[in-house]
Amino acid sequence: MKSMNCPECDASLNIPDDASVGEIVSCPDCGADFEISKKDGTKVELKQAETVGEDWGE
Amino acid sequence: MSKIGIVFDRLRLEEKMLEKQAMDLGHDTTMIDAKITHFNTDSQKNDFDFGDVVLERCISYFRGLHFTACLEFLDVPVINKFDVSNNCGDKLITSLLLKKNKVPTPKTYFSFSADAAKENLEKVGYPLVLKPIVGSWGRGVMPLKDKDTVEAMFELRELSDDPHDRIFYLQELVKRPPRDIRVITVGDRAISAMYRKSSGGFKTNIALGAEPELCEITKDIEDICAKASQAVGGGILGVDLMEDEKNGLVVHEVNNTVEFKGLAKVSKRNIPKEMVEYALNSARK
Repeated sequence: MKSMNCPECDASLNIPDDASVGEIVSCPDCGADFEISKKDGTKVELKQAETVGEDWGE
Repeated sequence: MSKIGIVFDRLRLEEKMLEKQAMDLGHDTTMIDAKITHFNTDSQKNDFDFGDVVLERCISYFRGLHFTACLEFLDVPVINKFDVSNNCGDKLITSLLLKKNKVPTPKTYFSFSADAAKENLEKVGYPLVLKPIVGSWGRGVMPLKDKDTVEAMFELRELSDDPHDRIFYLQELVKRPPRDIRVITVGDRAISAMYRKSSGGFKTNIALGAEPELCEITKDIEDICAKASQAVGGGILGVDLMEDEKNGLVVHEVNNTVEFKGLAKVSKRNIPKEMVEYALNSARK
């Protein structure tokens, strides 16, 4: 488990070891969603997750 | 050994299950993030590593549809095909295809302006169910029970910039038990089904909290789902059925990028395995 700070509110954000690029992590404090954009060993980069679109779903 | 590509834009449990299943079957996988992939008119199949077949699993319908067009341009086999995605992504097209192919489906009215839709409602009578022609998870679906609701809803639509809001898709409110049936079909074959029970309102979407419960696949379900799948072009689909008190089973929707994590937990069949095997067999044909 890697711990980093939420880019939005600076709270502690835990990234599970088996998380993959493209997965979404949510901040338990502020609720903001981030997408894992890069993962190289213990180095993880996050970017703002896309908001739900009108055409999302099945 | 084969290689299967999984195109995504948000990696959900379903895509991870498909990846794991393909690996468990001894195949290679490649995960392709649609958001960071580039194509151009000179692109060649060899410029990429999409594997032997691609499962298109984007959460965004339009992104997935256009990505599929690019893959087919490169002659990469894709499940589902562009035409299938197009047929399922637009409820109006789906309804027309179901009816044309004699698949029982609720009576649905199409109008192309708010005034025409109001005129039709006055003629046909209330209630009718208003559905956006593109969209999912039950968003924007509502029963129109009186004139005031219609005025409010249509006014909101006229304020919208979305061209799809100029298309009015109004469906009969089917008398049925407070549930519907979601069936996953793989190559026109119903492999798993569940009841989705309403959590109080008239919508039965799992995304809105409907309770899933395993449903036995009867011969009637099997037959109607095979016909519905063939009507839209086949592939891997989620067929939604209602139990109409008057007409028996009716198909009201066919979904292109089917979500299955809930059903996978209770199903006796290995849903991702069936999907992966179907995709690889399709590519070999």
